[in-house]
Amino acid sequence: MRAFTTLTSIVAPLDRANVDTDAIIPKQFLKSIYRTGFGVYLFDEWRYLDQGQPDMDCTNRPINNDFVLNKPEYKSAQILLTRENFGCGSSREHAPWALEDYGFRAIIAPSFADIFYNNCFKNGLLPIALDAEIVGGLFKELTDDYSLTIDLATQTITTPNGKTIAFDVDENRKFRLLNGLDDIGLTLQHADKIHAYETERAKRAPWLFREVSI
Amino acid sequence: MSGKTLYDKLWEDHVVHTEDDGSCLIYIDRHLVHEVTSPQAFEGIRLAGRKPWNVARNLAVADHNVPTNNRDKGIADPISRLQVETLDKNCAEFGITEFGMNDIRQGIVHVIGPEQGATLPGMTVVCGDSHTSTHGASGALAFGIGTSEVEHTLATQCLIQKKAKNLLINVNGEVGSGVTAKDIVLSIIGTIGTAGGNGFTIEFGGSAIRALSMEGRMTVCNMAIEAGARAGLVGVDEITIDYYRNRPLSPKGDDWFMAERVWQNLHSDKDAIFDKVINIDATQIKPQVTWGTSPELVVSIDDVVPNPADETDSVKAQSMQRALDYMGLQAGQKITDIQIDKVFIGSCTNSRIEDLRAAAVVVEGKKVAPNVKLALIVPGSGLIKQQAESEGLDKIFIDAGFEWRDAGCSMCLAMNADRLEEGERCASTSNRNFEGRQGYGGRTHLVSPAMAAAAGIAGHFVDVSSWAGE
Repeated sequence: MRAFTTLTSIVAPLDRANVDTDAIIPKQFLKSIYRTGFGVYLFDEWRYLDQGQPDMDCTNRPINNDFVLNKPEYKSAQILLTRENFGCGSSREHAPWALEDYGFRAIIAPSFADIFYNNCFKNGLLPIALDAEIVGGLFKELTDDYSLTIDLATQTITTPNGKTIAFDVDENRKFRLLNGLDDIGLTLQHADKIHAYETERAKRAPWLFREVSI
Repeated sequence: MSGKTLYDKLWEDHVVHTEDDGSCLIYIDRHLVHEVTSPQAFEGIRLAGRKPWNVARNLAVADHNVPTNNRDKGIADPISRLQVETLDKNCAEFGITEFGMNDIRQGIVHVIGPEQGATLPGMTVVCGDSHTSTHGASGALAFGIGTSEVEHTLATQCLIQKKAKNLLINVNGEVGSGVTAKDIVLSIIGTIGTAGGNGFTIEFGGSAIRALSMEGRMTVCNMAIEAGARAGLVGVDEITIDYYRNRPLSPKGDDWFMAERVWQNLHSDKDAIFDKVINIDATQIKPQVTWGTSPELVVSIDDVVPNPADETDSVKAQSMQRALDYMGLQAGQKITDIQIDKVFIGSCTNSRIEDLRAAAVVVEGKKVAPNVKLALIVPGSGLIKQQAESEGLDKIFIDAGFEWRDAGCSMCLAMNADRLEEGERCASTSNRNFEGRQGYGGRTHLVSPAMAAAAGIAGHFVDVSSWAGE
């Protein structure tokens, strides 16, 4: 996983609440057995005027010029600013994969759906939840070349006029993201504890540990 | 010291290790695997040279991509076929039990888990699918995970989690005729919103929940995620225990008696403290119909399509207007005046035997309306299909003009060939009415099985509690 330390980038505003994972990456693209290549299909139904299909070459597809990510000023945006409950719906990790593959590294919103929020941290993507009022203020301040600096170590966002906004993040998630660490390797350091738990649990719930074939 | 909630008990029972920041390593008793969210996880395991921690804890089935007819011809779409074959190959390589596409036990992962006794009270259950919340109906802590966590579960039989808060939703009183578990949960989502349960585990209680069968409780817990909660729960009672008698993977002999004693404690203590409690009056719930592109945009059947101009929050008003435009509806339009093009009865929300019986009662002896192009019945598993056929339900549906299909996720999310065409409107028993969910440009109205069946016969929505048939 790519580490996340600091990021300075222009901000793309997606002014919608309850953006669901079907909108972020429609289901037909979930048929892929690979982890990469989803960026071109990010927000497919909003971004293009035709119906997207897996493995489609997107270079000549008709573009929806009204959609924010198609505006030239936001082409290089790595920060997405959006409204409450972003990422609601399914557990598909293809949603953070698509955002990350497209080039986003951070998402700012008043709230996120729990599974999506959790999935972001596994993919070097930083979701930042701020008060709805602060997010509303950012939407108002935002201009075409508006850029923010995010510093994960100090948990701060700095606006163009030098104002800093603090944000919360779990210590554990922060540590893993700052260092780009693989969760599985860290968990396996506790292998003895997992074995000990299984031995103890088998006494309380032996039926869970019988070898049954069906 | 105050008592514990059911969620507290299930959580504490599975903690392997606690970190300084309060995040925990929790043990996973059952991992359900399907073809869509697992290939990258198996690939990760393989690349790292790891092995599954305990293969017996995994059960796999292909459900999202499988065709619901002409199965003997295989899967026509080569990309879907590759994904299903990849699951078959991965399960064979790692020694994981899989129900193949033509196995009678094949079906939607959240239907077959309880049906087989693969998910039991007191377990932690995960699957790379948000509707894993369904299994909470058994008094199990069950939630959806992403593919990185699928890989993590395969490799360690654990997950790193932070405990959620406790939310109790009490649904008290007796529901009226024609009002089902689906109407209860849609009404809850309409009340608390799709983000209302974010950060919480929801326990559903109250006399109206107690009165539900296991199938009904599964419908309610299934849609906990639509209210923003990763997990929904119902405490164990006699209905739960009766359901699990003699399931293929249920405890046997002395194990059963021991399990029964342990399970009887799987409810919240009387003096348990919840972070939040919401009370809902069951007697006020009418059959529900969603009108928008989020499950919270829902009204009663005797209502009209709401007007965004009446909404004071501008962000909400904007979403409502966008939903009206997408759905091709006018504010003030009567719900019963909305004409439909297709009917879908199925999905992990409503494809169990009780759902099929409820739909069959409505359609028996009647015919699908001429404006309805396709009416699909997709049972949740091969075994449910078999059961329904033994009761003659298939004939009732076929005689009425419905198509009787094989088990799978089907038109809930249209990853297989079953879908809406652009602009088509569907009465659907599934769980999500998001833009494009059932097909590009498709328009979804979420309803109960009886309401979907009645809409199929009438050609438009009708109040099944008072409808005499047309």
